[in-house]
Amino acid sequence: MALDDVSPPEPVTLTDRAKAAAAWPIRLLATILDVPFRFLQRIFGIGAMPYFFILPNMLFFGTFVVLPLFINFAFSVTGGTNLFLADRPYVGTEQYEFLATCANHFDPATCREDRFWRGIYNTMVFVTFQVSLMVLFSLITALILNRDIRYRGFYRAAFFFPVLLSPVVVALIWKWILLRDGVLNAGLVGMGLERILFFVDPQWSMFWAIFVSIWANMGFYTLILLAGLQAIPPDLYEAAEMDGTKPERVFWRITLPLLWPNMLVVIVLALIKSVQVFDEVFVLTGGGPGTATQFIVQYIYTTGFSSQVQNFGLAAAASVVLGVVLFVLTLLQLAVVRRRDQG
Amino acid sequence: MTSRLTKTLVLGTAAFALMAGTALAETELRITWYNDGNEGEVMRDLLDRFEEANPDITVVLDTVPYKAILESLPVQLAAGEGTDLARVTDLGGLAQYYLDLTPYISDPDYWETNFGPFLNWKREPGNDSAIAGFMTQLTVTGPYVNKTLFEQAGVEMPGDGATWDDWAAASKQVAEALDIAYPMAWDRSGHRVSGPAISMGAGMFTDEGEPALVDDGLKMMAQKLYDWHQDGTMPKELWGSVSGNQYLGANEEFANAQVVMYMSGSWQIPQFAETIGDAFDWWAVPAPCGPAACTGMPGGAALVALKDTEHPEEVGKLMDYLSSAEALAEFYGRTLFIPGHLGLAEGGIDFATDDPRANHALSTFAAAVPGISPTAFDLQGYVNNRVMFNALISRLGEAIVGELTLDEAYERMEQDVAQQIAEKERDG
Amino acid sequence: MTDVVTRPTRTLGALLTATRGNGRLHWTDVFTYIYLVLGVALMFGPVVWLVLSSFKTQAGLQEFPPTLLPLGQISVEVEGYDEPLPLFEVTFEDGTVKQMAQVRRVGIMAQMVDPDNPEERIQVSINDREPIREMSIAWENYTKPLETFNFLTYLNNSVIVTAAATLITLLINSMAAYGLAIYEFRGRNAVMLFVIGTLMIPITIILVPTYLVVTQLGMVNTLWAVIIPGCATPTGVFLLRQYMLTIPRDLIEAARMDKASEWQIYWRIVLPLSLPAIAVLAIFSVMWRWNDFLWPLIVLNRSEVYTLQIGLNAFQGELNVQWHFVLAMTVVALIPVTVVFAFLQRFITTGIASSGMK
Repeated sequence: MALDDVSPPEPVTLTDRAKAAAAWPIRLLATILDVPFRFLQRIFGIGAMPYFFILPNMLFFGTFVVLPLFINFAFSVTGGTNLFLADRPYVGTEQYEFLATCANHFDPATCREDRFWRGIYNTMVFVTFQVSLMVLFSLITALILNRDIRYRGFYRAAFFFPVLLSPVVVALIWKWILLRDGVLNAGLVGMGLERILFFVDPQWSMFWAIFVSIWANMGFYTLILLAGLQAIPPDLYEAAEMDGTKPERVFWRITLPLLWPNMLVVIVLALIKSVQVFDEVFVLTGGGPGTATQFIVQYIYTTGFSSQVQNFGLAAAASVVLGVVLFVLTLLQLAVVRRRDQG
Repeated sequence: MTSRLTKTLVLGTAAFALMAGTALAETELRITWYNDGNEGEVMRDLLDRFEEANPDITVVLDTVPYKAILESLPVQLAAGEGTDLARVTDLGGLAQYYLDLTPYISDPDYWETNFGPFLNWKREPGNDSAIAGFMTQLTVTGPYVNKTLFEQAGVEMPGDGATWDDWAAASKQVAEALDIAYPMAWDRSGHRVSGPAISMGAGMFTDEGEPALVDDGLKMMAQKLYDWHQDGTMPKELWGSVSGNQYLGANEEFANAQVVMYMSGSWQIPQFAETIGDAFDWWAVPAPCGPAACTGMPGGAALVALKDTEHPEEVGKLMDYLSSAEALAEFYGRTLFIPGHLGLAEGGIDFATDDPRANHALSTFAAAVPGISPTAFDLQGYVNNRVMFNALISRLGEAIVGELTLDEAYERMEQDVAQQIAEKERDG
Repeated sequence: MTDVVTRPTRTLGALLTATRGNGRLHWTDVFTYIYLVLGVALMFGPVVWLVLSSFKTQAGLQEFPPTLLPLGQISVEVEGYDEPLPLFEVTFEDGTVKQMAQVRRVGIMAQMVDPDNPEERIQVSINDREPIREMSIAWENYTKPLETFNFLTYLNNSVIVTAAATLITLLINSMAAYGLAIYEFRGRNAVMLFVIGTLMIPITIILVPTYLVVTQLGMVNTLWAVIIPGCATPTGVFLLRQYMLTIPRDLIEAARMDKASEWQIYWRIVLPLSLPAIAVLAIFSVMWRWNDFLWPLIVLNRSEVYTLQIGLNAFQGELNVQWHFVLAMTVVALIPVTVVFAFLQRFITTGIASSGMK
């Protein structure tokens, strides 16, 4: 990509002027910040500059992410219901042992803390289906929106729109639609079919949890993939067409490999959001029926926050376990990605 | 630019807030409040009058989602970030954060006389004198029936002293005759099922006052609830859908005439008056009986003073005003809440409704208060009652959907209660 | 928004390179249009339903089968009655149908009068009457909360939070990403490890420890408590760094030759080249901040600092949710983002796309 790509287009229109006016304070900020950074560079030399660049972020990161993680760890080795660490008795690994007590780890019913294990297994099922279907549908939608269709801008906006809604609103809207007396059932009855009580059936509940979270987030990933599709040089396709290459082959040989970096971003982001799933499913199914759609974050939230005895210790232990598992998974994922990039 | 812009905007907001309040006031009191209906409006009217009489005090009502009262407020209080007053429902659980108003109110005897039985709910165990606040409403659990459906089906409504089984059978008969979806629905709430459980003989506590959730009485109730879900008397959408301790009600289905009998409580009255109105006769009936009693559960929300306040004198003054018979008569009357003030309860409240159904329901629930079982009062006053409620509904729910057998569920309930109480006892 | 075909070369960038030039409809074209029509219905339908529902009365919301449009029963003035009476369509035994007003209902019988002949009262079984309704919009769902609800303050707070948080996030994340992408320095791997390690940690699970930190810093009940803690997003740093890694080093070396300061290289070269990734992060940040609920709920308990999400959820009580208000206020909270989106839609959807994202 050359520098020319980002320089403004030649004809100066009114919107360009408006843009320039809006950019003015940002330019000013840049100019002001240039002074101290130049100064630092003069004193400490170029080798020290990365530290100054990462400093503000790391300061916030350290205070509001790393420090709480350490406090969280400290919570996990203490007991009781007090908020301040100084008031909490040390209990060693008791909380972890409590979570790990199972006759058979593959059968949550035999575990002392059955809900924790159910949460883990439910999350695994959810993530597997949600991420793969999300990537699939985002890809199909991006491919379609990349075609020469009328009103393409409108369609792109339409598919992106649900991304604007808050998870709570998304869940409320769908709950409204899917309830016993909702529109969907009204439609089924209207067509002479039986009503379906979606939230009483474990499979339907899981289905709608996956469906609704894909509905709400797909637009965002579609956009990233669309960006990748548009960056594929058209001459590649022209050459392929001249050679009479079959469309399927073009897709596997040109489109997909060139789209791969964007696919990666989509997979990583989708996976992160999927593991963290909480509010939309919590409002939609409430984790039920029974514990069929109760995920790990909901377990932690309920244990540490929304029960009368706020069990910060147990919740923290569960979140440390979750954190370690996620960390290992992330590293594995990145290792696989890197390997493929090199290969 | 970022910070400057924000600073200006933040300052702007602050100025705006100041203008909205009043620059004259010396003391500002803040109430963390939540709304089920119009009570916020009524409270605001009362506060406006209080401010008029006390120009040196302003009172701000910070209305939050109920979720914040239940989940965020305890953490805020533990961190010492509470406000001056709050409307709470976990009366005993938060008692350690309440301010004892005795030195700041003009007439503690008035409080003892009129709020006596409810003051105890707001005390820490072992304390028998603190005055923390008053009940913004007293609630009583009990069933409503759709009387019109009974008439249409030509089924006689079970009379006084009828048992839960009688009502279940009658409701089912009505539902079958008229093709109604749900014969009977109970709120998914531990508080709601405790009334029937106590009626069927549940003792809830050992003789030493330790919690003992599972006994034959509770098992009888649980078995019935389970059977009613299996034979279609009760819909699975309430108990068999969400997980854990979440509340679910059937008020909308009842308002749509889809439910013959609905076990809920007095707080539904204003809502039913609004959403059902004259569409059918929604009728509150006395709590059905079990072998041991015919009782509902008392409950409610209270306005309490908090220790974090820096203005206890002013808080006392405000509480004096709000707790006066005159102010409360207006408050209860306009909100259609069952009074938590003994004097007013005796004298009767002039409720602001001319709906005969609402008036009948209000008097039915008010009349039920004296008949409430002492066990029910003890349970309501017990500090860790929500631990018991939560264990009860979450495990019963899992049994109803078939994840556990009833016996496993009983075992899990006891484990849950024991574990949470043990965790709390670690505080020393 | 009519993005009609302007670039002929794009024809070939189509699905599986289809759209055959011979003018016949290929199966992929049919599929495309079916998919688009269904997709738009699926994406917009629920939102349209939300908006329509927000105009219904409390009773109307609970009806089954639900009506598409908000309806209200017609009332008529009848001579001899002070209040207007509700109008019904009554089917008599002989099959005639007549419009009648209801005086009162006792049990399963209703007393009806003919509005044209108010003298005579008739007893009608309630099964033989249907309410007559017309479209009626429950504006009070909007007006009533807006009177008591300090909408402008909440809106102002939400705008401040969203704008400030997004700007800070973009600035510090891009600076850190720049530092981590362009330079080799000691400790870089350790920092990257922390960033990657925390990528997947949801804030929900460290809610309480973070709250402790925020209280110790005295930030409770300020907008800063909502803005600052989420700014150092590991996702943002990771996303931007991955993108910046693809920027050719020659450009940076050339700039250094020209005596550009490191800050200038960051600001003038790397940042503009990373705009697509920054746009993605900006959308992410705006949506997250605007809709954030759990965190503000715990750090803010004074109404002058409430954000819109807290304000609108305040209609959810213990025992009763005032859905008519919640829905109406949800629609109100949606308007600003929708308007911003409508204006920026071109930039968001085509801007990222045309500058290409790697």
